[in-house]
Amino acid sequence: MSSRAAVFASIRRSLGVTGDEATRRFEVETRLKQAPPGVVPKRGQGDVSARLATFKAEAERAQASVTEVREWADAPAEIARYLRESNCPATLRMGDDPRLTGMPWSETTLEILRGPSDGHDLNAVSAAFAGIAETGTLALVSGPDNPTTLNFLPDNHIVVLPREAIEADYESVFAKLRSVYGKGGAPRTLNFITGPSRSADIEQTLLLGAHGPRRLHIVVIG
Amino acid sequence: MSVVATSAKFKDNAHEALTDARLQGAMAFSRNFVGRRAAAAARLPEFEALRDSARAIKDHTLAHIDLYLDAYEQKVRASGGEVHFAQDADEARKIIIDLCKSMGAKSVTKGKSMIAEEINLNHALEGAGIEPIETDLGEYIIQLRGEGPSHIIAPAIHLTAKDIEQEFRKAHGDLLPERSLAEPEQLLAEARQVLRAKFLAADVGITGANFLVAETGTSIIVTNEGNGDLTQILPRAHIVIASLEKIVPTLEDAAQLLRVLARSATGQDASVYTTLSTGPRRPGDPDGPRAYHVVILDNGRSTMLGGEFEDMLRCIRCGACMNHCPVYQAVGGHAYGWVYPGPMGAVLTPSLIGVAEGGQLPNASTFCGRCEEVCPVRIPLPGMMRHWREREFERRLSPAPMRYGLGFWAFFASRPALYRMATGLAARAMHLAGRKKGRFASLPFAGGWTRYRDLAAPEGATFQSQWRARSGAVR
Amino acid sequence: MDMTGAPSGPKSQPRVGLFVTCLVDIIRPSVGFAAVKLLEDAGCKVVVPSQTCCGQPAYNAGDRDSAKTLARQAIDAFEDCDYVVAPSGSCGGMLIKHYPELFAGEPDLAQRAGRFAEKTHELISFLVDVMGVKKVAARYEGTVAYHDSCAGLRELGVKTQPRRLLAGVEGLKLVELTDAEVCCGFGGLFATKYGELSNAIVARKADDIRSVEPDTVLAGDLGCLMNMAGKLQRDGSPIKARHVAEILAGMADGPAIGEGKPEAAR
Repeated sequence: MSSRAAVFASIRRSLGVTGDEATRRFEVETRLKQAPPGVVPKRGQGDVSARLATFKAEAERAQASVTEVREWADAPAEIARYLRESNCPATLRMGDDPRLTGMPWSETTLEILRGPSDGHDLNAVSAAFAGIAETGTLALVSGPDNPTTLNFLPDNHIVVLPREAIEADYESVFAKLRSVYGKGGAPRTLNFITGPSRSADIEQTLLLGAHGPRRLHIVVIG
Repeated sequence: MSVVATSAKFKDNAHEALTDARLQGAMAFSRNFVGRRAAAAARLPEFEALRDSARAIKDHTLAHIDLYLDAYEQKVRASGGEVHFAQDADEARKIIIDLCKSMGAKSVTKGKSMIAEEINLNHALEGAGIEPIETDLGEYIIQLRGEGPSHIIAPAIHLTAKDIEQEFRKAHGDLLPERSLAEPEQLLAEARQVLRAKFLAADVGITGANFLVAETGTSIIVTNEGNGDLTQILPRAHIVIASLEKIVPTLEDAAQLLRVLARSATGQDASVYTTLSTGPRRPGDPDGPRAYHVVILDNGRSTMLGGEFEDMLRCIRCGACMNHCPVYQAVGGHAYGWVYPGPMGAVLTPSLIGVAEGGQLPNASTFCGRCEEVCPVRIPLPGMMRHWREREFERRLSPAPMRYGLGFWAFFASRPALYRMATGLAARAMHLAGRKKGRFASLPFAGGWTRYRDLAAPEGATFQSQWRARSGAVR
Repeated sequence: MDMTGAPSGPKSQPRVGLFVTCLVDIIRPSVGFAAVKLLEDAGCKVVVPSQTCCGQPAYNAGDRDSAKTLARQAIDAFEDCDYVVAPSGSCGGMLIKHYPELFAGEPDLAQRAGRFAEKTHELISFLVDVMGVKKVAARYEGTVAYHDSCAGLRELGVKTQPRRLLAGVEGLKLVELTDAEVCCGFGGLFATKYGELSNAIVARKADDIRSVEPDTVLAGDLGCLMNMAGKLQRDGSPIKARHVAEILAGMADGPAIGEGKPEAAR
């Protein structure tokens, strides 16, 4: 008997089932299909402005910094300002996301690098798939547009987030995910990111920049 | 990490812990968790409702776990990954080592995984000539010390900054000896630097999983450092090792559990990184592992289903129980002698390593109930510890003096007239013996008490005898 | 003594069986008499059926059979009482929460245990929640701290009731412990079986008590009180320990827990 068979046999023996029971199968199929939402906190609810306000407050609570610009075209100047004021070098790596690559970077003096990071970048910018007002969280998906390594290797991570992409809660992001990847589908990696990397493993002292970015700067567009 | 459990020596371990001044000082660091959890819970009006929801999801899943595991496996396969079932620790180790060897792996980075501790994976990897590198800062530190974790969320909570400095100076020999490591920031910066190189060089990354989602074939890890992410996206292959009760049906169900996990563990509304991984690299992906394997471990859990200890499988490994436990707070995690400390360890350990080895742990509890009070999935921990005590009593594993003492007491207590007479005599005799100060500084058979505390002497005649004398009528 | 706050219980003079508890019965009967006074002042008719132990030591040690024997005995003994009241959250929890669980697989006994549990209460919560007592007439000049015994707090929800009644005691000042809800380390047999560990826990409790400087620490459970008193006394602390019923009944003149008859030198 294979290990798989043995484990399943043991489970079924303990539960007193064969695995063929129609009711059980139906319950499981139904739940997987319907994916009922459970308790959804009210905290992130509201219209776009309310969601933005909550998102900002929660993200700042988690030590991210948040600024707003009107247009996509305004973002490069804001990002250049941020890097300058944070005493960071004027380099910036990004993926192939046309929303990012299409921005007027030439208006800044930033050196733009393209592609996934190999660990030697100090600054990177990604465009978020969505934001979650409930916890000030960014949702980023893998792919050539926004390589996952950009979220973790650089010291400073800047994330561009369209205002309308700020959802109220996780459930709304899952709905959006399904509309893109299909029901039961998911990207290779979906990162929910809330603030910069940290550790409290040394005497329970909170320190930023454990292995991931020390700084997380969010630029909300719109 | 010691292979052999020392849980049977809990009392001795506890004694060592209580007389270890350094550890007692370090334990102060773990006292912040209580306030932080309380603040996070107070901030979210839906918190209690979420606990009920989380519990219900777990119960439903456990009742249908075979079907959800099956659905999960199909989804993982469909996304290009592979699922391996392991009946026990031996099988799990073999699967992982075979996978690593087949990829010619020389070094392996590891995200924090209690299951990896349970199967003593690092030891096995080293034996196979593969270097395991712990990347969670706390785990990295204790790996240098050759210790196991003392807390399931904060593995190095029993150490001070000085302890950590010592280890770094020993281990990072190629760095300047004159460098300052006086500040925690400096220790963190050094760990970041040292481990960054290891992350980039690793052939295989092994992580645990907080949850496995059946709907999408996804593994979820929850970290604050980002080490788990670097572990799973940089190397050629990502191996997930998870116990079978980590399965949840849908993304929505995962969200319910995630909402109570971070709040219960560290008082955060969300951990910094909650990462959902589904399969290996997709066509066009510029980064990510090329191979994705999930090892699902049984190791005694399937036999817990349908039994007295099934509720223990609801555990989402938040650590709240041990943060609130007066016993854990007094002795720390190593005293529990194996992988899982605190109340959840006291219930789970005998299930996994047997009552003979692990049976002491559920006895070392005052049943104060704080663990159950804070458990996000409402596991009746004291009740299950009592079940273990019942098992031990039935099998006569409890110590003889206690059995005789209790038997003696039960004999009298079930005979009211005899009880009244015996207690009346004892109360008077003890009153006389202790009347000088009204208490005893020492008493035979009560050394466990009087070695540390005085023991109040009875007032004299028992209440019932006084009541009878007053009212003249007792039925 | 008159009481403000007329009883609002269902009967005008309910028949209350006092479940005195072993520790009160044997070690400190004055707590039992304080309980009787409080109950009578609240308008109850107090009876004391012949009784022994609730069975908790056996139950917690895993001896279900002995626990069941004692449970059946207790249920029988209090058969004709409207209420059963115990000056202990720990024994109260056993009677109310665990008796039904003990007989879960036996429908007839489970039913009896269920009915028994419904009419059983911890003393202070009975006075406040059932009898509607709002204020006691006692006076007490001094500063007290109140320790929330675990079972009373977590199994029976006893938290605000003792504080409410203490607040109405003339002359009394209540200071809150930093960690009032943290276990004192008694745990029944645990205190003796794991003496060193129990000591470590009660040492922290004693530190907390000393830090708020009461003259007396109160609780609703004699086991906790004996544990805390024993530690404080071994440490040479002058802080006394009493059952909260003693204060509320105005019967706090006698020796505190672990004190002998007052000596001239005290």
